[in-house]
Amino acid sequence: MQPAAPAALSVRGVSHAFGTRKALEAVDLDVAAGSFTALLGLNGAGKTTLFSLITRLHDSHSGTIRVLGFDVRRESAAALSRLGVVFQARTLDLDLSLRENLLYHAALHGIGRRRARAATERRLAEIGLAERARDKVRTLSGGQMRRLEIARALLHEPRLLLLDEATVGLDVEARRAILTEVRRLVGETGLGVLWATHLIDEIAPGDDLVVLHQGRVQACGPVDAVIARAGGDSLQDAFMRLVGGETSIGNGSQEQAS
Amino acid sequence: MRRDARAGGSPLTIGGYLVCLGGIVWREGLRFLNQRGRFFSALVRPLVWLFIFAAGFRAVLGVSIIPPYETYVLYEVYVTPGLVAMIQLFNGLQSSLGMVYDREVGAMRILLVSPFPRPFLLFAKLLAGVLVSLLQVYVFLAIAWFWEVEAPVAGYLLLVPVLVLTGLMLGALGLVLSSMFRQLENFASVMNFVIFPMFFASSALYPLWRMREASPLLYEICRLNPFTYAVEAIRFALYGRLEWSALAVVAAVTGLLLGLAILAYNPSKGLMVRRGGPSSAA
Repeated sequence: MQPAAPAALSVRGVSHAFGTRKALEAVDLDVAAGSFTALLGLNGAGKTTLFSLITRLHDSHSGTIRVLGFDVRRESAAALSRLGVVFQARTLDLDLSLRENLLYHAALHGIGRRRARAATERRLAEIGLAERARDKVRTLSGGQMRRLEIARALLHEPRLLLLDEATVGLDVEARRAILTEVRRLVGETGLGVLWATHLIDEIAPGDDLVVLHQGRVQACGPVDAVIARAGGDSLQDAFMRLVGGETSIGNGSQEQAS
Repeated sequence: MRRDARAGGSPLTIGGYLVCLGGIVWREGLRFLNQRGRFFSALVRPLVWLFIFAAGFRAVLGVSIIPPYETYVLYEVYVTPGLVAMIQLFNGLQSSLGMVYDREVGAMRILLVSPFPRPFLLFAKLLAGVLVSLLQVYVFLAIAWFWEVEAPVAGYLLLVPVLVLTGLMLGALGLVLSSMFRQLENFASVMNFVIFPMFFASSALYPLWRMREASPLLYEICRLNPFTYAVEAIRFALYGRLEWSALAVVAAVTGLLLGLAILAYNPSKGLMVRRGGPSSAA
């Protein structure tokens, strides 16, 4: 019998603080290959800090983080070359064209010019922006920028994709399109996805779920199991119980309305 | 089995490093082309000094025969290496200002999550800025040539490696400063406290012997200023000579500043890690 393949992402006992302020405490979570895992938490729960540690913008003070079995601290090149990331803040160069942004990203991953050009054209075609390849990024809408960022994150063919509040600031249609696209990738390519959000309506019944609150994992597992363990009739109820009744969690529709 | 499960090519080959370096230089070049105002302002500044300041002060600030000059020279000739260094000083700090901006808007993260080692990425970023400054310097020297600031051809060639070294030093200084400030506004004000003191308290505008006559204290300050050694290295190179002591100081300061910059951007030890939350990471 062959041993199981490593998880796309494995986080074990990770703690981190900024000065005296604790941001994460003993966080454990897994993202299996070919799974969509939602990381649900209020603003300030520690989601962005966790992303910073996984992508090695910071090193964690304790614990280990592995991407496809590679330790991000000790084998960072192998780990980082296998993950793609879409940060909460826009990270595109607005003064470069769509194509130039993607080619720059390809170079940062050591992908030669010919292969990079082919991958760039393919990704732009996939997101329906091939005809705008020469346009400056600043001329795109918010939704188009996000799709471009996802295309860029996939350019070097990672096995793990991290998305931090990727739909913030987008309209309902753009949010739906991006979620559908990411779920399609999970189903068709076996990509592992960690989707950080504070919007409950972005989570589907079949997803894996990690609830993060004040830097601690409050619950994790399939959505149904989390609801059953926490009690309540819905994920919203369960979440309220898990985070002690704080009510600032929302759904995208409410955000749009407000 | 474990290796199979984790299979996949590593980008960290020599070719991969070259592609990455080329990409960073290419992007810096594109940004430079997109910001033509930056090019012209970088050029206008030293030209104003050359055409107006130097012409006006020519009579007042006579220069005696000092190496590398073999005869009396016009003040414009004397001041030109200092203005070349000024271009690099402004460019180095402006490039780092760009890094603060990139960090503020998040674009810096894309650079820092590259699988290549962070010291290499920072060095590549610095080198890209230096190459852009070379273009500015040679356009300036071409215009200065018509203003009778003529150096031997060998000098123009020898200047290239010296400019790379001095550019790295000044860029690394900017990098260290950029790591210490989270907001663009803070960094912009700091530039005034760095650029002008460094430029004026150096041999860029006046020979050190004149400075000693005017103020022994200021003379000692100029001698401690690494920018003085950058100016002198450039001055000698422009006339086909290498001033090894100046080059040694510039190389040592470059190494020190690069080390500090790498430490500042280190994910576990960096200044940014100690200072704030996730937004400061990149």
